[in-house]
Amino acid sequence: MLLEVKNVSRAFGGLRAVDDVSFSVPKNSIKAIIGPNGAGKTTLFNLISGSLRPDSGRVFFNGRQIQGRPPHTIAARGVSRTFQNIKLFHNMTVLENVMVGRHTRSRSGFMAGIFNLPSCWREEREIENRSRGILDMLGVSGLAGMNAGNIAFGSQRIVEFARALALEPELLLLDEPAAGLNMHETAEIAEIIRKIREMGVTILIIEHDMSLIMDISDDIVVLSSGKMIAEGRPSDIQKNPEVIRIYLGEEDAQDQEP
Amino acid sequence: MDAGRYIPVLILAAAVAAVQLFTLATGSEYYLTQLTMSAYYALVIIGLCTLMGYAGQISLGHAGFFAIGGYTVSVMTTYDFSGFSGSAVMGLLGTLGLASASGGELHLSPWVSLAAALVITVAVAFIIGIPILKLKGHYLAMASLGFGLIIYRIVLGTRIFGEADGISDVPGFAIAGGLRVSGSPELRIQNYYIAWTLVIIGTVMLINLVKSRAGRALRSIHGSEEAAMAMGVNASRYKLYVFVISAVFASLAGAFMAHLNGGIGPSEADVMKSVKYVAIVAAGGMANLWGALTMGVLLNYISLRGYLGSYDDAFFGAILIAIMLFAPEGLINPAVMKTAAVRARSLIDSIKKKTGRGGHAS
Ligand SMILES: Nc1ncnc2c1ncn2[C@@H]1O[C@H](COP(=O)(O)OP(=O)(O)O)[C@@H](O)[C@H]1O
Ligand SMILES: [Mg+2]
Repeated sequence: MLLEVKNVSRAFGGLRAVDDVSFSVPKNSIKAIIGPNGAGKTTLFNLISGSLRPDSGRVFFNGRQIQGRPPHTIAARGVSRTFQNIKLFHNMTVLENVMVGRHTRSRSGFMAGIFNLPSCWREEREIENRSRGILDMLGVSGLAGMNAGNIAFGSQRIVEFARALALEPELLLLDEPAAGLNMHETAEIAEIIRKIREMGVTILIIEHDMSLIMDISDDIVVLSSGKMIAEGRPSDIQKNPEVIRIYLGEEDAQDQEP
Repeated sequence: MDAGRYIPVLILAAAVAAVQLFTLATGSEYYLTQLTMSAYYALVIIGLCTLMGYAGQISLGHAGFFAIGGYTVSVMTTYDFSGFSGSAVMGLLGTLGLASASGGELHLSPWVSLAAALVITVAVAFIIGIPILKLKGHYLAMASLGFGLIIYRIVLGTRIFGEADGISDVPGFAIAGGLRVSGSPELRIQNYYIAWTLVIIGTVMLINLVKSRAGRALRSIHGSEEAAMAMGVNASRYKLYVFVISAVFASLAGAFMAHLNGGIGPSEADVMKSVKYVAIVAAGGMANLWGALTMGVLLNYISLRGYLGSYDDAFFGAILIAIMLFAPEGLINPAVMKTAAVRARSLIDSIKKKTGRGGHAS
C-alpha cells in the first residue's frame, strides 16, 4: 500500500470535521473521495499533506508514519497536491511557479545562491528545462512567461497541476480539479489525469463531477459529516442506498428551498 | 548563468564614478558626505526590501539592527579595556594586533568590534526571528515594532550606551592600505567609494539571491505560504534566514556609519527610523531591489540634506500613506506609475468637482 490512513480524526472546536476515517490507496491506482460540502474531504487532504495535524490516528506513506510531520517534509517524500481554491504564486510567472515545484528535487542553498556559485548554474538550467517540459506536456508552454495571476481560470488549474507534477510525486492529491470548469475543460482535465496515471503516479482525488469520478476512479470513498459511510468500486457506490440517500437527500433539500 | 542581471550593476558603478567626477569638476565635493551616508542607509533598505518585498515579511524593527551594529562597534572601540590587560584574551588580541594601547588606554580594533557586532546581530536576529516569524501580517509588524522599541529604550537608558547623548569619539576604521572609514574631510572621496563599493557588493549578492532557487522559495512564501510548504519549501527556515540576512545588512550599515560619523546616537534606534525604512522600501516598489536602492539613495539624500526641515518624519509618513493609497506596488515600476497617475488625476478631478460646488455655497 502506498498510502494508509488509519482511524484519523480531527475536530475544530466541537465540530468533528474528520471522524475516525480509515482507508488505503494501492500504488498506481486512482481513488476518489466524494461527499457533500462540509463532509471533511479537504480537511482529510490537509491531514495527509501535513497542513493540519490529526487529533488521533495514523497516516502511513510507503510504510512510514507521516502524520503530524511538517508539510515540507511530507512533500519531500513524494506527496504533492493541488488546492480546491487554486493557490498559485501570483507574484511569479507561470514558469517560476512550476520551478518552485522542483524545490525538493534540487538543493542549492542560500549561500550558493547569494554567491551565484557555478554549482547553481547547471541545477538552474535543469530545473528550468524540466519545468518547461512539464508545461509542454500539459499543453500550456505558451503561458510560461505570463504572470500566474493573469491567466484564465482553467489555465490556472492546469498550471497548478504542472507545479504539483514538477515535484515528481508518488502520490498526487487533487482537490476538486474540475470545480468551476466547463465541460470542455473538464474533459481536458480528465485527459491529463489519465496521462499522469500512465506516468505511474498514484492519485487521490476529491471531485463532485460524478461522470468524471465514475470514469477515472478505481475506487471510491464516501464521506459524510466527517464519517466514512461507504467504500467500494464505482459501480457498487452508485447502487449503495446510503450514498443515494445522502445525495438525493441533498437534492431534496435544495428542491425545497424557496 | 545569465550575465544580463549584472548590466544594471555596471550602470550603477558608472553612475557612482560619474557623480564623484561631477562634484570634483564643480567643486561641490561636500555633497559626497551625504551621498556616503545615503549609501549606508541604502544598504539597510536593500536588505529590508529582500525581506519585505520578496519574502513578504514585514519588519518595523530594522533600526534596532542598525543600532546593534553601530552601538557594538562604538562601545568596543571606545571602551577602555586596560582593566583587562592582564587577561589571556586581551594578551592574544594584543599579539595579533587586534588591540592597541594609547595614552594609557587599551582599545579593541575595529575589526574585532565589527566581527563581534555581526555575531551579536546574527544571534539576536535568530533569537527574535524564531518566535516572531511565526506571526503574520499585522501581528508580525507589531512584534517587530516591539523589538525595535526594546532596543531603543535599552540604548537610551543604559550608561554604557551613552543614554541620550549616544557615543562619540569613535575612531576611524583602517580597513587596509590607506583605506580608512572616517569622517575627516580629506578622506571624503575614498569614503564615498568605500560606501558605494559595499552597496554594489550587497546589491549583487541580493540580486543573486532573489534569482536563485532559494530566492524563488522566498517569493513563493510571499505568494502563498501554504502552497510553498506543500511544494516542499521549509517556510519557517527560509523566513528566518532572510530575516537574519537583512538584519546583517542593517547592522553592517550601522557599524560603518558609526566609524564614518565618529559615533552614534539613540535617534538611529528610534522606531521612526524603522518606519522610514519601510516607507522607502514601499516607495521603491516592494519586490524591486533597484527601486528600493534608487529610493533609498534619493529619499535619504533629501532627508540628510535637511530639505525637509522639521517635517522630515511627517514627509515619510505622508509617503507611506500616499504609496498605500495610489501605488501599493511602489513608484519605480512603469505600469504602476501609469495607474498611480490615473488614480491621482481622478482623485484630483473629484476633489475639484466637490470644491467647485462647495465654492459657490460659501
Ligand atoms: N481551519 C478550519 N477551522 C475551522 N473549521 C474548519 C477548518 N477547516 C474546515 N473546517 C470545517 O470543517 C468542516 C469540513 O470542511 P472541509 O474539509 O473543507 O469540507 P469539504 O472539503 O468536504 O467540503 C466544515 O464544516 C468546515 O467549516
Ligand atoms: Mg473541500
